[in-house]
Amino acid sequence: MGVAHPTDIGVEPGIAAAVSRLTVVPQRRYGIWIGTAFALLLAFLIIRAFASNPAFAWGTAAGYLFHPSIMRGLGNTLVLTVIIMALAIVVGTVIAIMRVSPSPVLRAFAGVYVWFFRGVPALIQLIFWFNLSLLVREISLTLPFLGTLFSVRTNDFMTPFFSAVVALSLCEAGYMAEIIRAGIKSVPSGQAEAASALGMPYRMILKRITLPQAMRFVLPPTGNEAINLLKMTSLVTFIAVDDLFYTAQSIYARTFETIPLLIVVAFWYLAVVSILSVGQHFLERHFGRSDTRREPLTKRALRNVISLRGAAR
Amino acid sequence: MSDVRSDNRARFGVPADSMVFARGVRKTYGSLEVLKGVNFDVPEGSVACIIGPSGSGKSTFLRCINHLEKLSGGILLVDSQFVGYDLQGDRLYEVKDDLLCRRRAEIGMLFQSFNLFSHMTVMENLIEAPTQVRRIPVDQAKAEAEILLRRVGLADKVDRYPRELSGGQQQRVAIARAMAMKPKVLLFDEPTSALDPELVGEVLQVMRDLAESGMTMVVVTHEIGFAREIGDQLVFMDGGVIVERGAPREMIANPKSPRTREFLSRVL
Repeated sequence: MGVAHPTDIGVEPGIAAAVSRLTVVPQRRYGIWIGTAFALLLAFLIIRAFASNPAFAWGTAAGYLFHPSIMRGLGNTLVLTVIIMALAIVVGTVIAIMRVSPSPVLRAFAGVYVWFFRGVPALIQLIFWFNLSLLVREISLTLPFLGTLFSVRTNDFMTPFFSAVVALSLCEAGYMAEIIRAGIKSVPSGQAEAASALGMPYRMILKRITLPQAMRFVLPPTGNEAINLLKMTSLVTFIAVDDLFYTAQSIYARTFETIPLLIVVAFWYLAVVSILSVGQHFLERHFGRSDTRREPLTKRALRNVISLRGAAR
Repeated sequence: MSDVRSDNRARFGVPADSMVFARGVRKTYGSLEVLKGVNFDVPEGSVACIIGPSGSGKSTFLRCINHLEKLSGGILLVDSQFVGYDLQGDRLYEVKDDLLCRRRAEIGMLFQSFNLFSHMTVMENLIEAPTQVRRIPVDQAKAEAEILLRRVGLADKVDRYPRELSGGQQQRVAIARAMAMKPKVLLFDEPTSALDPELVGEVLQVMRDLAESGMTMVVVTHEIGFAREIGDQLVFMDGGVIVERGAPREMIANPKSPRTREFLSRVL
């Protein structure tokens, strides 16, 4: 139509000048500026309050950090967490396998288990098991012809520590069962089918094919559960198990240094949670290994360095 | 054991060279009848191809052969033996799981979606069943697996995970995995249907090599060209019955049944 088109590369000299005069003005995000200023102010106020208020008594807190009683309490908290988590994973796996079983009775049993132990608050379950002797005075095994084989008074074995382990593992197993069941369901059905076609029996398929693949889905929420459980064990204070919180309480009941000791307790819980989070990260990487394309760490690091240098240019 | 086989041969008229023998096979899900009486023979060392529209019951029939699906009626014998039952008098007793597994291990199966164990490397996939089910020593299983991987042209992928392989490579590994159990017969359930067109050829080539080595194969497929070239017999299923069967070239060139003709005109 008689209009002179520009060539494929380059712009006509007249237009080029007009284009090069243009500058881009970034959008002004006043909301973010105000929010940032507000957050900085708040952080300053909090830190000042923590540092300047003598009632925090940081020196006292530091003095109690490695106190022998606190160390013993921390040890008990860790032992409780490990034992309960281990039992919860074992019981939870059994319940989860029952929930995906072909038998409707097993499925129903597992369903009721999860419904009950997730539904009743952990503290109530804890106190219930601690008071089991009110319900059952003694446990004995009596067989015909042989007489009573053994008999124990409930109070003799339902120590605070033992009832804490029983109550919290049964409770935690309810949560673990749901996590593991979801993991099992997430494994494509073709995997188990291929395994049966190769002649693998049901139990072998569960152990070698389904559960290992479920692990990838099960691990992240299990890490969260472990962290939750660590904190949940502080409930055992109610039945006088000398965990971290209980020992701190018994010190400040004497000395009235409540805040410093709560700081000590918070510090140790935070420290252990941080370590657990790091452990969780490495476990997830281990079980996710078939997921990611394999590339040696050094090679990946090298590539990152190169791409960073490329970006810098 | 050979007694059971000769008894069955005499009683049901199973030919001496029979690998798969089906008479009146029926399968129902509730009120839905998927297989309405299928008679089917695969002689040892031959290749049978099953074609038919989706929903015709061909995959269900294949899954009946290794007892992944229980029959609702009729009989199905592999190598002149029942897979899921023991025959005593006129009663078919369901066998215990471990015996069923042992018999099933002799029938290899390949799937449309490959179903390699995704948490295991190629080598681990191949030695899993031999070492766990057959209790073969790991070293021996590995040596055999390497030979099989060379046969399917994937010797260099030993330490890869399934996700790192193309669909065609995954299906070739799956074939090697099935072969590691030294099966009497291989069942293929649409082995190339999930593959990109350019990857179909490499899988068909491996299947062609297997057929030439004398492997007994039952192949449910949409690859009419493969059926014509490799198949010893071609079966057309529709509506839960076998509509037509014959020599592949003859049947594809001039099908007798109008339903076969219509199906072939759509896929060719």
